[in-house]
Amino acid sequence: MPDQRIDTYPTHQYQGYDLRPGRPLPFGASLVPGGINFSIYSSAATSCTLVLFHKHEREPFVEIPFFDEFRIGDVYAMTVFGLNWEEVEYGYRMDGPWDPSNGYRFDQTKILMDPYARLIGGREIWGTDPDWSDIYHHRARLVADDFDWEHDKPLETPIEDLIVYEMHVRSFTAHESSGVSKRARGTFAGIVDKIPYLKELGINCVELLPVYEFDEFENSRVNEQTGERLYNYWGYSTVGFFAPKASYAATGKFNMQVDEFKNLVKQLHAAGIEIILDVVFNHTAEGNERGPYISFRGLDNKTYYMLTPEGYYFNFSGTGNTLNCNHPIVRNMVLDCLRYWAAEFHIDGFRFDLASILGRAPNGAPLSNPPLLEQLAHDPILAHCKLIAEAWDAGGLYQVGSFPAYNRWAEWNGKYRDGIRKFVKGEPGLVGEVSQLIQGSPNMYASRGPTASINFITAHDGFTLMDLVSYNDKHNWANGENNNDGANDNNSWNCGWEGETDDPGITALRRRQIKNFAAILMVSQGIPMFLMGDEVGRTQQGNNNTYCHDNLLNWFDWTQVEKNSDLLRFFQNIVAFRSAHPILRNRFFLSGSDYLGLGVPDITFHGTQPWQPNWSDGSSRTLAFMVNGDYARGGAVRDDFIYVAMNMYWDAVHFTAPPLPAGMRWHVAVNTAMPSPEDIWAKDVEPVLDGGEILLGGRSVVILVGR
Amino acid sequence: MALSVNVTEQTGYSIAAVVGDVDGATAPELQEAVLAAAGPGCRLLLDMSQVAYMSSAGLRVMLLLYRQISANAGSKVVLVGLPEDVQETMAATGFLKFFVIADTLEDGAAALNR
Repeated sequence: MPDQRIDTYPTHQYQGYDLRPGRPLPFGASLVPGGINFSIYSSAATSCTLVLFHKHEREPFVEIPFFDEFRIGDVYAMTVFGLNWEEVEYGYRMDGPWDPSNGYRFDQTKILMDPYARLIGGREIWGTDPDWSDIYHHRARLVADDFDWEHDKPLETPIEDLIVYEMHVRSFTAHESSGVSKRARGTFAGIVDKIPYLKELGINCVELLPVYEFDEFENSRVNEQTGERLYNYWGYSTVGFFAPKASYAATGKFNMQVDEFKNLVKQLHAAGIEIILDVVFNHTAEGNERGPYISFRGLDNKTYYMLTPEGYYFNFSGTGNTLNCNHPIVRNMVLDCLRYWAAEFHIDGFRFDLASILGRAPNGAPLSNPPLLEQLAHDPILAHCKLIAEAWDAGGLYQVGSFPAYNRWAEWNGKYRDGIRKFVKGEPGLVGEVSQLIQGSPNMYASRGPTASINFITAHDGFTLMDLVSYNDKHNWANGENNNDGANDNNSWNCGWEGETDDPGITALRRRQIKNFAAILMVSQGIPMFLMGDEVGRTQQGNNNTYCHDNLLNWFDWTQVEKNSDLLRFFQNIVAFRSAHPILRNRFFLSGSDYLGLGVPDITFHGTQPWQPNWSDGSSRTLAFMVNGDYARGGAVRDDFIYVAMNMYWDAVHFTAPPLPAGMRWHVAVNTAMPSPEDIWAKDVEPVLDGGEILLGGRSVVILVGR
Repeated sequence: MALSVNVTEQTGYSIAAVVGDVDGATAPELQEAVLAAAGPGCRLLLDMSQVAYMSSAGLRVMLLLYRQISANAGSKVVLVGLPEDVQETMAATGFLKFFVIADTLEDGAAALNR
């Protein structure tokens, strides 16, 4: 049998290039025997031309029009033979109507990037000014996709066991104090160098701020007061959904970012750490009608964007345009994209930025049964991926607790953040709400379980944990918008002085508050997440919207690992505490009843006295609860009793823990009122508590272990 | 820049010296020469000290080489004199730890015997 296919021969020629009709699927550019198959969709273009460049050359070396017989339906597909896939960059010119009021914005003078491009050139080295006169900025390239994964696969850690660490690739190791080699600072390779730190911290999942190719120069400007360059630093504005950001790779200048990123995933997995990507499908980097032509606008504006009846861009994202996610073509692109990252990059989960937009119809109206969200929930390739929604958008849709979940989606629980912040700050009347929050918010997720709730106090949006206890108000002057940007409802408290201080009393109180937050987060049912650097007191100087800063307002300052070693030690131990106690990580809600007849219900609430929670007193700032370890994992696993007492009143209060079954004693695992290292004890060395009475200092949390 | 691969036989092992740039255009030549020199039971020093530039296609040849020697028990290859750029690229992408590397031919020959 001949070993060569008979369709590897050209049938057409153009200016010396051998061609044949291509295959319409898969979309994008694929390596085929002897050549490259190019496939691109447009529903309204009248003609399409493939534009080919040699790498790093300004002008194309050939422009090949798609012959009539190369178009099938709305797809232009052509195989070009004899190209060196590593050396070629490609784009498209589309001709068609210029009629903005009807949604058409074709412009044959623009060279357009393939939305399915898996490698994108043009911004290989972070912060290096591109040639602004370039006719084609974000240049599509090809990849082999033949990474040697050996035995790696996604970890499929049960979601209830996750402890998530939200981090920014560049910020994590950009600072010289990271100890990472100069070339690898701020890159995927830099994170690999720091995996031992993550292991010691004890987290088992990292969630990366956007890593899809974006343009740090988008809306870049100079802060007039400081003279500093402001960037699109966080990257919440996608240029290409299928390509890892080149300048996040030490090897980006050699176009090896795909391999470098895959190696990061492989090494994280080897360390038992999952990786979740923060994905931004609600809008693109093309902005509104005044924005640039990068890709979608020139390929098929009307299909890819939500447009007003007059042909302007709906702006539910707050950034100029809105991706038309529930159009069948766009829906398939999103699905193709996530499948690619799950299958080819072994990604463990996705967090969807402004996910409520994904539930809007092409005319902007919220859908009760959004096809995209349903499809993602039931997709076979994504079946074991974590799907996490940021369940609101900038168009006023707020769906925390009501996001269309299909028993599959989890969501950032913004109400957890707000409620716990207020409670720890010392606001009265919150004990009822807090009792729900620490159970995984059964009042919100009754049918979904605590695993629907990603619990967090801090995330990239807003104050860091240190700033949350150091500032009453935002201080966003460095952003160059007269302190008008960023949220005003921070529920923060500065502990008596706005900003940095040497006052020992204030400093001690701040550290205690940080520990209170960490302790409550780690004993709550649901999935805890905290922000990179919170464990070492990272500060943004009161800035609660640092999206534009490529400096210490975002970077992890590794000298703080030494300076704030007491905080780090507390975090390491409280994370270990959660990991050691399955009763804190249930898939289903605790019931408050003793349904297995074990003598004590799975969870019980208490006040300063056992069995007497103070639900009715509107001034109450104290709450205690106890979980019965025999009910861990619904009674399938044995664990200790755990009693948590929270005193958010400013003075010390006596608490009495419930009596334990005969033969058991209470041990003090955590007392945030104590100085380090007596604030937290490692497993099995916790001191015994004589009797059940304990004096809780003002604004402090005590955790007892009964065994 | 053109690429050449010069294979010389030593007592008990061979040396393949690569000279030139390895990119998409020259990688097929490297692949042919190196895979031929790394047959079953080979003991090979791949001298990379005169490679100024290696692209992803070149690194893929290295990985093919690794896969070929892993499939044949008794085969052994040592990479000698990897330029710093290439070595860092291989480290950042996780490829470096697949290989035994040495700074000089002498060290490489010693590594073959370890």
